[in-house]
Amino acid sequence: MKTEQEKEQATMELNGQEHITGAEAILQCLIEEGVDTIFGYPGGAIMPIYDKLMDYEDRLRHILTRHEQGAAHAAQAYAMVTGRPGICFATSGPGATNLVTGIANAFLDSVPVVFITAQVVSGLIGTDAFQETDIIGVSMPVTKWNCQVKKPQDIPEVIAKAFYIAKTGRPGPVLIDITKDAQLEKLNFKYKKCDYIRSYNPHIPLHTKAIESAAIMINHAERPLILAGHGVLISGAEDELKAFAEKTGIPVASTLLGLSGFPSDHRLFTGLLGMHGNYGPNLLTNEADLIIAVGMRFDDRVTGNLKKYAKKATIIHIEIDEAEINKNVIVDVEIHNDAKEALRCLIPLVKENSFEKWIREFRICDKIEYEKVIKPETKPDKGEIRMGEVVTLISEITKGEAIIVTDVGQNQMYAARYYKFNHPNSLVTSGGMGTMGFGLPAGIGAKIGRPDKIVVTFVGDGGLQMTIQELGTILQYNVPVKIIVLNNNFLGMVRQWQDMFFEKRYASTKLVNPDFVMIANAYNIPAKKVSKREELRSSMEEMLAGEGPFLLDIVIEKEGNVFPMVEPGSSVSEVRLTY
Amino acid sequence: MKQEFTISVFTEDHIGILGQITIILTRRQINIDSFTASESAVKGVYLLTIVVNTTSEMVQKVARQMEKLIDVLKVFVHTSDQIIYQEIALFKVTTNGLMSGNVIDHIVRSHYARILEVSPEYMVIEKTGNKIEISELLSQLEPFGLLQFAKSGRVAITKQVKELNAYLKEMDEANRYKTEPTLN
Repeated sequence: MKTEQEKEQATMELNGQEHITGAEAILQCLIEEGVDTIFGYPGGAIMPIYDKLMDYEDRLRHILTRHEQGAAHAAQAYAMVTGRPGICFATSGPGATNLVTGIANAFLDSVPVVFITAQVVSGLIGTDAFQETDIIGVSMPVTKWNCQVKKPQDIPEVIAKAFYIAKTGRPGPVLIDITKDAQLEKLNFKYKKCDYIRSYNPHIPLHTKAIESAAIMINHAERPLILAGHGVLISGAEDELKAFAEKTGIPVASTLLGLSGFPSDHRLFTGLLGMHGNYGPNLLTNEADLIIAVGMRFDDRVTGNLKKYAKKATIIHIEIDEAEINKNVIVDVEIHNDAKEALRCLIPLVKENSFEKWIREFRICDKIEYEKVIKPETKPDKGEIRMGEVVTLISEITKGEAIIVTDVGQNQMYAARYYKFNHPNSLVTSGGMGTMGFGLPAGIGAKIGRPDKIVVTFVGDGGLQMTIQELGTILQYNVPVKIIVLNNNFLGMVRQWQDMFFEKRYASTKLVNPDFVMIANAYNIPAKKVSKREELRSSMEEMLAGEGPFLLDIVIEKEGNVFPMVEPGSSVSEVRLTY
Repeated sequence: MKQEFTISVFTEDHIGILGQITIILTRRQINIDSFTASESAVKGVYLLTIVVNTTSEMVQKVARQMEKLIDVLKVFVHTSDQIIYQEIALFKVTTNGLMSGNVIDHIVRSHYARILEVSPEYMVIEKTGNKIEISELLSQLEPFGLLQFAKSGRVAITKQVKELNAYLKEMDEANRYKTEPTLN
């Protein structure tokens, strides 16, 4: 005689359903979505999920970071190099609030990360219970979508929706807050991937009229310029961009997050846009008669003073997020579409062309920049080591094959300016947020996502110490990430601004640092300090030759400034090459 | 130039949507002049009617940001001449003040208002109309001893012919059948 429960169990099995706890359902959902790696940190409210995780060790690898912020950054970097959503777990209260910087960072840079936070039992919500935080309220302005789950049977549908929202359209982080009781109670589990939400439409019909008008403008332009942004990489439009640029002969400039979307050594590539971008693309933005912006959002660091930005140009904006169109720069043609689809449609409509005279202007600028900035920066024969020569050397030794991760500040600008990117998604950096402390955990996430690649993380001595505890994660999982500390005993970028705009009053930017080699060694990470130019190459080769992690502490010129620079409030055409 | 706009936001029934919408306005330093939430003609779809005073460029920007929210179905922005709208106001006044002669009757009739309740101490008057009409009545009642005044947000109906249902259908089709490139 079967009991009622057994009967129910049998019926469910017939329907392909299992009777499992909410915690187990969460893990099953992740497996259904193709997840194999989770970054996170346990705590009281999330214990049921972590307990279940032990039974899934063969299918789900959990990387225990040393701080939730580290887990968030690592998950974002993992997503950026793999193209799959990053997954991050944290407990309620402080666990969840520690994620916030990481969530905001992923939000501003459009990276799909699924954050799962635990919440106190549903009956205690709103009572200021121990480790209770309203993370739904806190994360609302920095997530693409968030949702609290209080009933176990809602888990599969909400997780499916979260993945769909995170990945599609303009990607972004989502947060699911799951109460402890929902993790412990059981549900009849069945998973169905989400591919439709009535109020959310990421598949925008092609704006063929706008594309046709754009083609006419492109075919009549005399000084056109393509501005390639992160959207090119996100939509996987690298080939289309290349084909489009090659057919039309139009030069290409890139935003910071757009780097690696177009080969650095291509004859049509003119360099990096923005505050510390290259001379040519900044100066000549204001000479262009047509700007084709692809998957970018005219951030203030790119445009400089908006009142004096690209006034001679007609502007075509290809952008999947309609809220970005006409937000900062009023455009003439809006193509509210995915970059890949729009470019694919545009290519047959544009004529073959070349703009040799126009491109020569960029090359003249390149020469000027080389003489005034690049040469002294990358080939100094005396004085202390400079950041530019370090990055150039790494670029040469790795032949542009490495994935470059950066922290924020001068180290980031040098890495972006001097590394020659050859492969899509080979730069992981914190663009919109400018989060110091991003570099080390992001390096870990990138290496775990792409173990086949050399991952080099550039960090300053300031940013390293913001998340230095993640050396413990490297130790525990033996993550073979190569860390280069560009050490000038200063918060370099802030010091540069004090130098230029605050009469050299170095308020709280000088750092007294510990011995980073000793610290690395304490974590069993081989390390070396370099202060002589002639030891640079050999120590880099030593770092890259080893199979494990390595920390190279490079003593850098104390008061070096990054140039060119578009000063805040200045026009891009007022880009400065020297002090 | 700043002017008055009525933003109609059609949303799914999702907890927190109101917070998301006010965050967008707060970030751009836009004050909400009036706010109403109600069910719409489509079952399960809610209508938020928000009146703001801002420039037409800014209202377009915030409308696009609202429409970007996952649980928002559609956002419309209208100037006052593109909609038919009403607000409702309730006035509580002392009965003594108004009982003299036929003043009360005259005020109520001339403003197309009506009396909801009369007691020896107070009476409650209701007026439906636009902002100006309501403030006119308010100024006439004030001298008689106004005890309370409360006014609703704006409820609005658009003059446009295309209704929400048609938009929902279009969105649905676009969503279900991912368009393939047709140009060549």
